[in-house]
Amino acid sequence: MTEQEILQKVQAIVVDELDVEEADVTLTADIKDDLDADSLDVFEIMNELEDELDIKLEASEDVKTIQDVVNYVKKEVDAKTE
Amino acid sequence: MEKMRIVETASYVPDKVVTNDDLSKIMDTSDEWITARTGIKERRISLGENTSDLCTKAALKLLKQSGWSAESLDMIIVATMSPDSYTPATAAIVQGNIGASHAFCFDISAACSGFVYGMQTAAQFLKQDWPLKILLLGGEVLSKVIDWSDRGTAVLFGDGAAGVLLDNQYSADSGLLASVLETYGDQHTKLTAGQTKPLLEFPPQRATQISPFEMDGQAVYKFATHAVPKTILAALKQAELSLEDVDHFVLHQANARIIKAIAKRLHQPLEKFPINIQKYGNTSAASEPLLLDELVASQQIKRGDIIVLSGFGGGLTVGTQIIKY
Repeated sequence: MTEQEILQKVQAIVVDELDVEEADVTLTADIKDDLDADSLDVFEIMNELEDELDIKLEASEDVKTIQDVVNYVKKEVDAKTE
Repeated sequence: MEKMRIVETASYVPDKVVTNDDLSKIMDTSDEWITARTGIKERRISLGENTSDLCTKAALKLLKQSGWSAESLDMIIVATMSPDSYTPATAAIVQGNIGASHAFCFDISAACSGFVYGMQTAAQFLKQDWPLKILLLGGEVLSKVIDWSDRGTAVLFGDGAAGVLLDNQYSADSGLLASVLETYGDQHTKLTAGQTKPLLEFPPQRATQISPFEMDGQAVYKFATHAVPKTILAALKQAELSLEDVDHFVLHQANARIIKAIAKRLHQPLEKFPINIQKYGNTSAASEPLLLDELVASQQIKRGDIIVLSGFGGGLTVGTQIIKY
């Protein structure tokens, strides 16, 4: 799975979960500060990603921006396919 | 469809209202924080009344509403995770209080799934041919097992009792359509209260110890948002119904955010998921009958409606029933 494909998945889930515009879900966007999410929102986004991609994500993982989420998901997807 | 009719619903909550602002005076929390993360605005706290007292008051209301005599009851079940004592069962105390001398009585310990587990237990008796009258209550005084210095759990819970009268002698088109109950004992440490410790030496060197309420909130959230939709879909399949056939999803009121996440996962409008957690907090086994009673009393639930009842919590347990009211 490419980074671009993962970004698309993350964007779709974040748009649905946080009720924001897709254009705002950029790689540099800070999930809490720019997209107005709280810790439960982040947890729910991780839950959705786990279900969609059949991977395990730790809620405690330090993710701040969308880029962080994409990197973390990519790491877990790659580890699973290896 | 199996014979099981909800004849009456009733509830009793203690008078003492504790708001989020009240809590922010005794611990580091705020109304904004609690409301945003849980949907809770206030809860009832029992002062001087134990679980059996709340259950007794709900039971007396049920008898009054139905016109049934206490002696006519065949069975009393109380679902609770905060019983008055290890023994006697809270149900036995209620039986004595209301004078239901012909009823046999026991408690069910399945935490926040207790009410649905109780409904399922009652259903097994009601499918017999002989007439049966059952009193099923969910009652909790969680305030006595909460660690009031732990702001992570103390803000979540409340006290209350509610219940139903069930019977199997009727001609109306009511009954139990399907049920799915599951228990995940491998996750038993995720939500605990009243854990006891065995002696390590004899003669004993210490007083009896009982642990307060402890919860891994994230694990329970994850469990609920997966297990509840899964069991609802499985139960609907059993009943040969679709999500669209359901009029009301009466879910355990643990957290408004969990209910919203479940509605989203099922692609159902939130309007079909009534919420009253803002008034009572999480009342564990009492939460579903408390909500059910509110909906019946306000005539939002009518005879013939299709209701999904679903509870989830300590065990970890989940229980879902589909009922034609």
